[in-house]
Amino acid sequence: MTRQLLTGNGAAAWGARLARADYVPAFPITPQTEIIETLAEWIDRGEMAGRLTTLESEHSMITAAAAAAATGVRVFTATSSQGLLYGLEMIYTVAGWRVPFLLVNVSRGLATPITLEPDHTDVLAARDSGFLQVHCATCQEIVDTVLIAYRLAEDPRIRLPAIVNQDGFYLSFTREAVELPAPEAAQRFLPAFDPEAIRFRASRPLSQACAVLGASSYSYFRYETHLASLKALDVYDEIAEAFEQEFGRRWPPVEAYRCDDAEIVFFMIGAFATKAREAVDRLRDAGVAVGLVRPRLVRPWPAGELRRTLLRKRAVVVVDQNLSMGSGGVLHAELAATLYGQPGAPVLLSFVGALGGRDIPPEEFFEMARLAREAAEKGEAPAPRLLYTAQELREMRKLQAVAHAERKELP
Amino acid sequence: MSAETRFGRMKDLPSTHLLGTGTAMCAGCGGLEALHEIYDVLGARSVFVNAAGCMTLLSVYPFTPFRGSWLYTSMASAPAGAQGVRDALDLLLARGALPPEEDLQVVTLTGDGAAYGMGLSATSSAIERGLDFLYICYDNEGYGNTGQQTSAATPHGARTATAVGGHVGWKKDLFAIWCAHRPAYAATVIGAEPLDLARKIEKAMKLKGPRLILALAPCPTGWGYEPRDTVEVGRLAVKSGVFPLKEYEDGRVTHTKPPHPRAPVKDYLRLQGRFAHLFEPKRDEATIAEIQAAVDRYWEGAG
Ligand SMILES: Cc1ncc(C[n+]2csc(CCOP(=O)(O)OP(=O)(O)O)c2C)c(N)n1
Ligand code: SF4
Ligand SMILES: [Mg+2]
Repeated sequence: MTRQLLTGNGAAAWGARLARADYVPAFPITPQTEIIETLAEWIDRGEMAGRLTTLESEHSMITAAAAAAATGVRVFTATSSQGLLYGLEMIYTVAGWRVPFLLVNVSRGLATPITLEPDHTDVLAARDSGFLQVHCATCQEIVDTVLIAYRLAEDPRIRLPAIVNQDGFYLSFTREAVELPAPEAAQRFLPAFDPEAIRFRASRPLSQACAVLGASSYSYFRYETHLASLKALDVYDEIAEAFEQEFGRRWPPVEAYRCDDAEIVFFMIGAFATKAREAVDRLRDAGVAVGLVRPRLVRPWPAGELRRTLLRKRAVVVVDQNLSMGSGGVLHAELAATLYGQPGAPVLLSFVGALGGRDIPPEEFFEMARLAREAAEKGEAPAPRLLYTAQELREMRKLQAVAHAERKELP
Repeated sequence: MSAETRFGRMKDLPSTHLLGTGTAMCAGCGGLEALHEIYDVLGARSVFVNAAGCMTLLSVYPFTPFRGSWLYTSMASAPAGAQGVRDALDLLLARGALPPEEDLQVVTLTGDGAAYGMGLSATSSAIERGLDFLYICYDNEGYGNTGQQTSAATPHGARTATAVGGHVGWKKDLFAIWCAHRPAYAATVIGAEPLDLARKIEKAMKLKGPRLILALAPCPTGWGYEPRDTVEVGRLAVKSGVFPLKEYEDGRVTHTKPPHPRAPVKDYLRLQGRFAHLFEPKRDEATIAEIQAAVDRYWEGAG
């Protein structure tokens, strides 16, 4: 094992290298580009076996990725934001092919307006596709999760593609000390991809991704994909166990921090959850019994684990770094569905925050914790809110004033 | 036509078809006719990467008429699917994980809607990357599967579901677009001329790199004629000069069956319901003359 300072993008590239990915269909987009540039350089210099093909779009890139996986090689690809959405038809399509491969998404807010900074509305658009979806909060976690996700995706009981998500800028361009698994250990943990009989070759003709006639066949295959995804919950635990034995690091499906005796729990995914973790420590110092729950697995949704962790808490503060227009925070709705009607269900508070990379300072976590306590006492959740200060609004009004003034100058 | 062909005369064509029957295609489908003939020569050591269109319904779980392999992708990205399959096969071959006799011809099969329009960006890029694949486009001159709306391949004057008074635009020249990319090979074919077709598939298979087979696909359902007339409509498309049979190789275009004398285009048009409004209730001499002039201009230029 060696320790290196790596960005999130560097960590993702190392994950692909240690997984010995054969094929990398690629297309550039900020903040992901560094991943494919790193892989291209390694392949060019002969440090990594394999082939990188630049496609003309993400729609084609995802098609090529899945087609190669259907032919029996190990595939790695990466994208972000508009790229993921440009390829979304194929994200939904290829999940049904039941071919395993890995896509690292570097989350970035969606247009309009256009931004480069992160939130999760991009990757949550792939939520219902059939892709497994794992969210990372540190660079170490990215390398490790790439290896874990390959093994999970390729497991014959599952055979689904997977998205490993990291946050643009906050992880993609942040250097952290990362312990790189030794290649031999990575190989032991993740042996070569065995597609079994599901691949193209002359002596064994095969039809893949066929149409069906009739809703019975359609329902059957759709639900089968759903069941395969759910199965990944059990298989994940086996794999995380094997990973811990090999590398000594534990990556549970749901990370629970200082939750055992917590009355109030923050609920977040991704890198911004590390801000909540910091706030939990400070609140604990101030004598408030708070904790943090950070699901790593978002698909499949670890409902059982979440119930075990969250039932009988007094209040859960869901901070959604995404926005479902006309509804609100996606995770809030998912968690409500998970806990509703269960004995000891906590009061759920919904905040939408960190859109387009907006910071969440500690005092906002303190305030959310205060509101949570209030809500628990009343037994009633307040209306959902956007994390946005009066100061921010004042700055916004200034920009608008400039825009209006300039507009008046026009002939 | 070169001397190396094993298809000297009609009797040399395969007498039994390799592609199974009983598919969901319409009776008299000219695209299916061409595909039968192509597949007989191409053989089963192939994987067909398909885009959304009528032919997507060839392989409907759990049946397929293909002896070889099949992968459905989407309307826009079949060439990218071919890229992924080809790249993966090459990687496996290079690593010794796939014996050479297990290798496959990678074939893209799409309609005109995909080939001329939605998939053109993916196609252009695949050619530019030098992808070793055979692109079969069955051109029924409209979005057939969705009820024959106007596509970029719809000819001037044809009535479609979205151009009830007749299409005002002109058919895009996909063959020329391919040639501008300097592919390994490009050819037009039609099921009604099986010998010409077989020779072109035979030649295409000997070459590596991007190769186009553009098949005009008379479509009784979309064009409005009796299924039994598919061969006749196809023959007239060639005889009238509306559909030139040609091939591109080494930077040169050659006509493989130039019609002479050329039949008047009205003979071809009159067979089809989609052009009926040019003849009834009143003859639209102007449009017929326009179509005739365009065909004449083409053949003058073709020298
Ligand atoms: C992205 C997308 N848009 C629209 C469709 C609907 N659709 C299915 S087949 C088809 C027509 C395809 O036309 P063409 O390529 O000419 O094939 P044909 O139907 O004529 O065989 C369309 C529009 C689709 N499947 N996918
Ligand atoms: S609509 Fe035309 S192209 Fe499609 S199956 Fe029927 S005859 Fe063939
Ligand atoms: Mg068509």
